[in-house]
Amino acid sequence: MAEKPRIGVFVCHCGLNIAGVVDVKRVAEEAKKLDGVVFSTTYVFMCSEPGQKVVENAIKEHKLNGVVIANCSPSLHEKTFRNAAARAGLNPYRVEIANIREQVSWPHEHEPEIATRKAIAVVRATVERVKNNMTYIPYEVPVTKAVLIIGGGIAGIQAALDVADAGYEVYLVEKSPTIGGKMLFLSETFPTLDCPQCIETPKMTDVSQHPNIHLMTYSEVESVEGYLGNFNVKIKRKASYVDFDKCTGCTDCLRVCPVKAPNEFDRGLTKRGAIYMANEQAVPLVAVVDEKYCIEVNFQKRVKAGKVKPREKPVCSKCVEVCEADAINLLESNEKIVEVKVGAIIVATGFELMDMKKLPEYGGGEVPDVIDALAFERLLAPSGPTAGVPKRPSDGKIPKSVVFVSCAGSRDPEHGVAYCSRVCCMYLAKQAMLYKHAVPDGRAYNFYIDIRSNGKGYEEFVQRVREEGDLIYLRGKVSKIFRKGDKVVVWGADTLTGQKVEIETDLVVLATAMVPPPEIKKLAAKLRIPTDEYGWLSEAHLKLRPLETVTAGIFIAGAAQFPKDITDTVSQASGAAAKVLTMFSQPKLKREPIVAEVDTEICAGCGLCKEQCAYDAIRIDEKKNISVVNEALCEGCGACAAVCPSGAMRLRNLTKKQVIEMIEVLTENY
Amino acid sequence: MSELKVTESNLEKVDEVIRISGQNIYSCYQCGKCTSGCPSAGLMDIVPSQAMKFLQLGEVEKVSESNTPWVCLSCFICSVRCPKGIDIAAIMEALRLMKLRTNFDYVHPNKIQEEEREILPPIAFVSAFRKMTP
Repeated sequence: MAEKPRIGVFVCHCGLNIAGVVDVKRVAEEAKKLDGVVFSTTYVFMCSEPGQKVVENAIKEHKLNGVVIANCSPSLHEKTFRNAAARAGLNPYRVEIANIREQVSWPHEHEPEIATRKAIAVVRATVERVKNNMTYIPYEVPVTKAVLIIGGGIAGIQAALDVADAGYEVYLVEKSPTIGGKMLFLSETFPTLDCPQCIETPKMTDVSQHPNIHLMTYSEVESVEGYLGNFNVKIKRKASYVDFDKCTGCTDCLRVCPVKAPNEFDRGLTKRGAIYMANEQAVPLVAVVDEKYCIEVNFQKRVKAGKVKPREKPVCSKCVEVCEADAINLLESNEKIVEVKVGAIIVATGFELMDMKKLPEYGGGEVPDVIDALAFERLLAPSGPTAGVPKRPSDGKIPKSVVFVSCAGSRDPEHGVAYCSRVCCMYLAKQAMLYKHAVPDGRAYNFYIDIRSNGKGYEEFVQRVREEGDLIYLRGKVSKIFRKGDKVVVWGADTLTGQKVEIETDLVVLATAMVPPPEIKKLAAKLRIPTDEYGWLSEAHLKLRPLETVTAGIFIAGAAQFPKDITDTVSQASGAAAKVLTMFSQPKLKREPIVAEVDTEICAGCGLCKEQCAYDAIRIDEKKNISVVNEALCEGCGACAAVCPSGAMRLRNLTKKQVIEMIEVLTENY
Repeated sequence: MSELKVTESNLEKVDEVIRISGQNIYSCYQCGKCTSGCPSAGLMDIVPSQAMKFLQLGEVEKVSESNTPWVCLSCFICSVRCPKGIDIAAIMEALRLMKLRTNFDYVHPNKIQEEEREILPPIAFVSAFRKMTP
């Protein structure tokens, strides 16, 4: 600040949140005595409209060139007051927040005198900081009006349709051979009992026919470079050995393939060939060859590796022979990398179920008639392997009784995950109802800890299932499940009667915890977005920015963030699409100018800052041997400035000088 | 903690309770409001809400062998207050009926103590024989 400082200090009461502990009048009076402060006042709610007017008027009247607002956390109202300053003609980056609520009045609730003295110290330190604040102007960056959506489940489908309908291009990348995601596995959906064939497949068809959507199934994101508005993405189209443009989906090849591999779509309950289609509703309706299982592909690989000699005739070419469209080529991998430019990315990678093997006391993976809930969905689905009448895996008999086990891995911080998977109570009630429809003389039991049914129509649905006697509820967590003859024995309890309970049953369904897909960590690293302790993608703010990540231009939707049902997933997907459309509605995007900058006179090009940067925003200019900050990528975290041994790297408006002066003020009495 | 085996034959016994009482036992979601309002719950072996749960699990005998149906005053507070509209008093009546139909006398004139006979009002004998004998 070259000119003489004229700083205003505005102390907020925050109702009684601050004023109930801190003597705000005294804080304002003490602030007035500070060198450079020309105005100070208090107001009951500074963030209210009249409160903001107080700030605006003072800026104009007293010709302020710096403003300190003593109130709540900057994450709440920094923007509010920077906008107010801008309206009054002051550069918004001349405004700083002194947090006297979260860091003063709340933690020191019972010691008002100490709190008041601390508030005065915090305000004094912030005044020192503002004295050296500079004027900055936000950057403008161009925006490529196309979006990459990772994951073709119901979240990705909904977001893709919303963005595409608004007239922008969408690249929808899905790792499996079809879009549809986990929803397509389901028999029916709670609480309306719509089948996914009725409500999801029309959306899938819309995706494949939409002129603005580039559908890339059997593909994975290879790398992501660039920044908000300008991402360069490399996408790997995995080797499918089938030309998707030629394949007609006739299924001739599926019938001749001699290989038997576990069918993922039926959770391994049935077999499929090495060449297969994900299911009858697959979009696109094409076959793919599974490299892992195909005899010919593996033979050709060994030939290439020099392990065996090439043969004149192929080892197996049954599928190639029957393919009238001439779409299959097993001799050559058709893997390729496609590059696209997009302005925004929506990550909708969904969830997996916890492996049953992690629950050995429940016989997971050991007892054949203990299955997970997605497998039971397949047994209940009219399109599934048993045409909707469940038959148990061990002997194909129709189970006369089924025990449903809630919280198998959920709400179990010792053996599984601490959180509630949110959908199990509901789908178990639904599964019990469908089971009773298929097997009217069957019995269904559910061991639960709490019934969580907090959605529209959910509680009514659970009570309907209960009243119809479709499901007998037992309140207690199951302790052990084991095989006894051709029966499965469940040891549980009912704490409502205070009894230990033993049930001999035909089939057990475990509501295993929803967990993040194993590949998510790698993808998050490519995207430079954080995950939480479990591996779910972290949102920028749980309450107020649930669809954004901390990396600008990257959004999240659906169960990739945390377990959620279809209703919430679709809402979030449309929300994320709206966020993207907000970006695309602007000709240029504004970026915060509070980023790192290098003093090129001092920088020795040691590269420590580059290693620290979580956003890949720093490169070393080999010629000049200095660090260069990419301002569009920098998020202004300050890690580089902290690590710089020479002080060449600094964060704007939080320079070393500013920090040291603040510390001096705060420690002068020690 | 005693052990409870949920079996098909036990569950079928519940159907009789349902038939006689006309009440859907499976409606109960264990809120406990019947027990909280019951004036004689303190004297019962099994409180009304637990009795409902035992019935849902097929334990008819456990409830009908307890003193619960006999301690019940048929005051209908539980039935009036039940959020799911279950007439719990009717279920208690059904349990008593089922027991009485086996020719069981819950009160026998000869087994009433001399001193009790002197202090109890005649109406108590009338209602006891009406309610607790076949």
